Amino acid sequence: MRVALFVPCYVDAFEPQVGIATLQLLRRFGIDPEYPFDQTCCGQPMVNSGCHAEAAATEALFVRNFAGFDHIVTPSGSCTHQVRCHLTAIPQTPEVQQVRARVRDIVEFLHDVLQVDGFPWAEFPHKVSYHNNCNALRGIFHASMSERREPAFSKPLDLLRMVNGVELVEKARPDECCGFGGTFCVFEPAVSAKMGQDKVRDHHQAGAEYVVSADSSCMLHQKGCAVELGLPLKFRHIAEVLNGDRG
Amino acid sequence: MSEQRREADGAPGLINPELRAETDEGERGPDGARLTHAEASSRPLRPLPPEPQPRGARLRGNRPIDHDEAARRFIEAPEHATVHDERLWDLRQKRDGQMHAIPEWEELRELASRIKQHTLAHLADYLEQFEANAKANGVHVHWAEDAGAHNRIVHGILADHGVKRLIKSKSMLTEETGMREFLGHAGIEVVETDLGERIQQLDDEAPSHIVVPATHKLRSDVARVFADTLGTDPDNWDAHYLAEQQREKTRPLILDAGAGLTGANFAVAETGSFVVCTNEGNADLSANVPPLHIASIGIEKLIPRVADLGVFIRLLSRSALGSPITQYTSHFRGPRKGGEMHVVLVDNGRSARLGMAEFWTSLKCIRCGACMNTCPVYRRSGGLSYGATYSGPIGLILDPTFNRRRYSSLPFASTLNGSCSNVCPVKINIHEQIFGWRKALAETHDIGAGKRAMMKAAGQVLSRPALFRAAIATADSALRILPDFVVANPLNTWTKGRAMPDAPRETFHQWWARTGGKTEPGA
Repeated sequence: MRVALFVPCYVDAFEPQVGIATLQLLRRFGIDPEYPFDQTCCGQPMVNSGCHAEAAATEALFVRNFAGFDHIVTPSGSCTHQVRCHLTAIPQTPEVQQVRARVRDIVEFLHDVLQVDGFPWAEFPHKVSYHNNCNALRGIFHASMSERREPAFSKPLDLLRMVNGVELVEKARPDECCGFGGTFCVFEPAVSAKMGQDKVRDHHQAGAEYVVSADSSCMLHQKGCAVELGLPLKFRHIAEVLNGDRG
Repeated sequence: MSEQRREADGAPGLINPELRAETDEGERGPDGARLTHAEASSRPLRPLPPEPQPRGARLRGNRPIDHDEAARRFIEAPEHATVHDERLWDLRQKRDGQMHAIPEWEELRELASRIKQHTLAHLADYLEQFEANAKANGVHVHWAEDAGAHNRIVHGILADHGVKRLIKSKSMLTEETGMREFLGHAGIEVVETDLGERIQQLDDEAPSHIVVPATHKLRSDVARVFADTLGTDPDNWDAHYLAEQQREKTRPLILDAGAGLTGANFAVAETGSFVVCTNEGNADLSANVPPLHIASIGIEKLIPRVADLGVFIRLLSRSALGSPITQYTSHFRGPRKGGEMHVVLVDNGRSARLGMAEFWTSLKCIRCGACMNTCPVYRRSGGLSYGATYSGPIGLILDPTFNRRRYSSLPFASTLNGSCSNVCPVKINIHEQIFGWRKALAETHDIGAGKRAMMKAAGQVLSRPALFRAAIATADSALRILPDFVVANPLNTWTKGRAMPDAPRETFHQWWARTGGKTEPGA
C-alpha cells in the first residue's frame, strides 16, 4: 500500500507539529507514508472565492505530486473536501479523478480504511470540546448533522472515545460554524470575528479545557478569538491527541 | 451528534445565558408555560436608555452592497445583535424539535423537492391549467412579465374600482416589485396588516426577514416607531400594549378599505385555487373584508394537485417557526357573492432563472426562512445588511438574478458551511449555489478587481513550489503572503495572540528536509 502524506499549506507554515503528529500516528499503525516534496496547497483559497481559473495551476501541481498513490492522507477535513468535491478547474483525466477519489483525511483513514480499534499509547485526561469543521461535517460527512433527521454517528468522536481520560463536553450549538470560512474571514471580518467569539464562549461555557478538531484552520481562527476574549482555552489537532499528546 | 447542551429546566442552552436571566410573565400562557407559538419570542431588555436600532446597508446606486460594513454596525449594537441571534436560533431549535417528531421528515423533504421540480419542469402547462380553472371559478387572471407590469395591473384594477385605500397582507413579491411605493405615488394608501410588516411600514424600512419582518427590532424600537407614528407611550415597551395599540389604530382602516391584497403560498393548478398561510389571520381580513380581493402570485408558487398541498403544509411552518402549522391556512377559490377576485401571475425574472442550468432549482423555494434562521452569518448581521428584498442564504442566490452588479458581493457573505441546504424543506442545494454564484461572477469579472488580484497572486505563489517555499520561509513573510485568509482579519488577534517568534522557526517542509522525516519511535 503506497500512502502519501499531504500537509496543507497552513499546517506546513504554522502548525508543523500537526504534520509530524500525523506522520508518527501513521507509523504507529505500520504505515510509512511518502512525502511528495513539491507539494504546496489544494487550491481551496482561490476556488472558495470563485476564482477557479486562478486555481488551475495549483490543482495541476497537486495532481502531479499525488498521482499514483493508493491513499493520500492529510490532517484536514476541509482540504479533503476541496480535492474530493471541488478540484474541477483542470480537465478531469482518469489520473485527476483517481487522485480526487483517493484523498482521505486522517479521521476517515483511521476510522474507515484502517478501522483502528484503539490508541493504547494515548491518554488525554482533559475536558474536550470537539469542533467539526463544516466541510468535514457537511461536505465529507464526518458525523451526523444537527439539521437532519438521521441516526447519530461521529467518526472523530468514535476515535476520541478510544483515548483514555478524554471527557467530552456538550456545547449549546454543537455544529454551528465558527466563522473562519477560508477567505470569508478576509471579506467579512466583522461577522467572522463575532462568530468565532461566540464559538469559543460556547466551548468555554460547556466547561472545555481543550478544543480538538480535525482542522487547524478553524482552530487558528478560534485561538485568536479566545485570546481576544481572554478565555483559557487550549487547542489540539485530533492527530496530536491520537498520537499521544497529553496536553 | 445530539450532544447539544440543555439547561436544568429542559430549555435549550444559550450561548448568551444573560438573556435567560429574567423571566417575563408576558411570555407565558395561562398554564404558566412559555408561549411557543409566537412568530418570535422576544426577551426582556435592560432598562433605559434603549440602544438605538442599527440601520441596514447603504445603497449607493448600482455599486456592490457592502455587507461587511452594515454587519459591523449591527454587531456594534450588541443588544440588537445578541437578541437577534438567539431569537432566530430559538426558531431553528424549535424547527429541529418538529423535525424529530416526524419520522418521515427526510422523505417529506424529498417528496416536496420532487413535486416542485416536476412542476417547474412543466410550468407552462400547469400555469395554463391554473389560469383556465381560476377563470372557470370566476376569477380574473392577469399576467405580469415584470415588476412594472405587475404594479400597473394592480393600479389599473384599483383605479377601475375607484379604490383609495388598499389593505394588504405580507407579500415578498410586492416588496420585490416595489408596489407600495408605486401605489403611494399614484395616490393610493396602502396599509399593511401583518404586525411585523406594519411596524416596518411605519418605520419606512424594508422587512428584514421573509417570515418575521421586524425580527431585527427590539421592543424599544417598536415603542419608538409607534410613539412617533401612532402616538403611543414611548416608554411602554410591553409587547401586548404595543400590539393592542396597533390593532386599535389599524382596524378602522381595514374596515373601510376599498380592496385587499394578499400573496399566496401555493397555487393549485387542478383547482385554480390558492392558499395563504398566516399566523395573525390578517390575510383573511385583507381578502374578506373589502369587496375586491387581488392576489399577487409568483409563477413558481404552482403545485399540481390539492393532494400535494399536504406535503408542503406539513413542512412550511415546521421549517419556518417550528410550529406544526400556521394558525390560519386559508384556501381561496373564487369571489364571494357580490365581490370580485383578481389573480396577477408574476414572472419578474423567474422564467429567465428557470433557464439557468445551475440555479433554476432556487425556484423551488417556498419562502419559509429556515435557511435564514440557521445561517450564522444572517443571524449576526441582520437581514437589512444585505440591502436586498431577499436576505440570508436564499437571498444570496436570488438577488444576483435581479441585479448582477449590485448584489455581486452577496454570495461572499457566507462561510459555505452548508447548514442552509440541510434545513431547506424543498432541498435546494443553497450553499452549492452560493459556491456556484461565486464562480459565475468571477467568470464575468463581477467579483471586484481587488478580490481577483488577491486570488491571482495566491494562485501564482501556490502553484510554484520554490516561490511558495520562499514565501513561507519566515514567519513574517508567511504571515504576509500565505494564509492571508487566516491572518488578514484585523479583528482576529491570532497573530498577536500567538506571539510567534521570528526565529528559530521551522516549517514542516523544512523539518522534513532536515530530518528526512525521521521521527522518534513511540513519540
